[in-house]
Amino acid sequence: MNEKTLEKLKILADAAKYDVSCASSGASRGNMKGGVGTAAGWGICHSFTADGRCMSLFKIMLTNSCIYDCAYCVNRRSNDVRRTTFTPDELAELTLEFYRRNYIEGLFLSSGVIRNPDYTMEQMLRVVKLLREVHRFNGYIHMKSIPGASRELIAQAGTLVDRMSVNLEIPSEQNLKILAPEKNYESMFAPMRFIQQGMLESAEDRKRLRSAPRFVPAGQSTQLIIGATPDSDHQILSLASKLYKRPTFKRVYYSGYIPVNTSDNRLPVLSTPPLVRENRLYQADWLMRFYGFGANEMVDDAQPNLDLEIDPKMAWALRHPEYFPVDVNTAPHEMILRVPGIGVKSAMLIVASRKYGRLTSAQLKKMGVVMKRAQYFIVCRELPMNTVNELQPEYLRSIFVEKPKRKKDDLLQLKIDWGE
Amino acid sequence: MTVFFYDKTFDGLLSCIFFAYENRVFPDLILEEAVQKPLFTEVSYRVTTEDEKAARVWKALEKKLSLTARKAMFAVWLSELEETEMLLFRYMRKNIDLPQGMEMNFGDDDVLRCGEIARKVARDAQRLIQFIRFQETADGIYFAPVSPQHNTVRMVARHFKARFSDRPWVIYDTRRRFGIYYDLKTVSEIIFSDEEAEKLASGKLDKEKLSENETVLQTLWKEYFRTMAIKERENLRLQRQNMPKRYWKYLTEMQ
Repeated sequence: MNEKTLEKLKILADAAKYDVSCASSGASRGNMKGGVGTAAGWGICHSFTADGRCMSLFKIMLTNSCIYDCAYCVNRRSNDVRRTTFTPDELAELTLEFYRRNYIEGLFLSSGVIRNPDYTMEQMLRVVKLLREVHRFNGYIHMKSIPGASRELIAQAGTLVDRMSVNLEIPSEQNLKILAPEKNYESMFAPMRFIQQGMLESAEDRKRLRSAPRFVPAGQSTQLIIGATPDSDHQILSLASKLYKRPTFKRVYYSGYIPVNTSDNRLPVLSTPPLVRENRLYQADWLMRFYGFGANEMVDDAQPNLDLEIDPKMAWALRHPEYFPVDVNTAPHEMILRVPGIGVKSAMLIVASRKYGRLTSAQLKKMGVVMKRAQYFIVCRELPMNTVNELQPEYLRSIFVEKPKRKKDDLLQLKIDWGE
Repeated sequence: MTVFFYDKTFDGLLSCIFFAYENRVFPDLILEEAVQKPLFTEVSYRVTTEDEKAARVWKALEKKLSLTARKAMFAVWLSELEETEMLLFRYMRKNIDLPQGMEMNFGDDDVLRCGEIARKVARDAQRLIQFIRFQETADGIYFAPVSPQHNTVRMVARHFKARFSDRPWVIYDTRRRFGIYYDLKTVSEIIFSDEEAEKLASGKLDKEKLSENETVLQTLWKEYFRTMAIKERENLRLQRQNMPKRYWKYLTEMQ
């Protein structure tokens, strides 16, 4: 380990940082004798970078050379960046040393495509095999599957890694064709199918034989770039909802487009990444996964985009005042979950404790219900003062729209000129 | 005001419960023996810790409380907060008095507060697991200085024993001045001499005590950490929210 390693690490980390996924949850594994590492089952974040994102896995590329020329990617063929490659030994050693110091939870291995998809997959597999078979590493491994990789290689990788992912990147096929003419949806959906089949088969086998090998125990995920193409939230969420219907799909990540290739005229010019839209999409995603909302309840053809000013749950509640107010002391769990200001945890607490007596608003507050939002949508032991039906949704909306923070100059204060 | 004095052990607190029911006196305050008597003390009792009585109280609680609730109680104990004793006392008393117990009644202040503190302690332990940074020493022992808010070092022993079972390691609490040491077989507690403990408070080991690879790896990690941040998305507030500043002291990448 020397200067050269440092140089490589910098280049390849820089190339890998736009991958959003960093989850290390979903697979739990004990240590075996003479081995190192465990997988915790619940994710562990080991650090947080200056952009507030969690760092759980050692996110790195095997190489940043690539035969493809996708408009949205830093590592595309036509970009003038320094190219370098880790040897499998270097990468395995680095992973282990970082792991032993508790810097990371495991490895997130990705790669540019060199020669052809299968050759690239083989190189990546060598790293994973080194870690698992030679170093007896039991930590978490997330491996990107290269679009177009063969079924055999995916089957091999699946028994070694915890999670596999194929990034769709662009939410619709016609736009993908414009931005990445060498790729198509079929080459991405095929590996997803292979992973799914492998997982379902392994689940079947394990019913018969406990010791049958597990296949990608933490499931698969994908990533969509937001704002690089004119695709609407309706398209994005419908795609995500379809993916979540597959039994092996754990996460869809949304990544606000960061203009990495400014000279390409197929891409929009953005001064800042669309962070608010990204945030709203994640909120909608959570509503789909944990709150029982359907994609078409939040967006439809008439209203293809999410409201950027208020969160999707509040937006739904304001569009449907007929469901409210909800009586927290009698309403079913599904309905309590739909109240803005009540989360998964507080909904559970409410249902568990209402059998001891009728709940009051003070108790709700202590349980973690955000009364500022919930008060207009619920009935508890006290009578409701003003619900959404009395106050009208339009008025409530004006309350909840986040007002831009204005910095007021105080005229009575002298200003200090910092010479900036 | 009725005050109980006890020896600041968990068994001692259980003995307080036994003492209270035996003599039908319930305290307004439970204090450690060494603490000075408060001004408005009317009656005070010195409760001696008896393992047998403590065990009887625990057995009674086992009948009414689930394992989760009992674990939560112990987590509250480890929080080392000032309110701990009276909160646990009231919590136990309520559960003993009610035929079915009341651990799920989150409308009750004490139940809620116990849950709150237990969550705090659990989060503190989780943050230890997240933010501990080991340094490899020249003699092959991995050393990690920590200073958690609550007394949670023992809680993470199992996690690290399973994870790094093939190397010896030490996790040392610089605030409470004790550590846990894993010698490839078992985890035991260690205490350093005062002089050494003073040195360890900074968390930095002398260069000659570190293994030869250690400094290089720390540089690699710092550089990697810096590179991973996306400049266009900088959000230092979010970073601090997820990784509060009080943990930065021993974080390699924040030095």
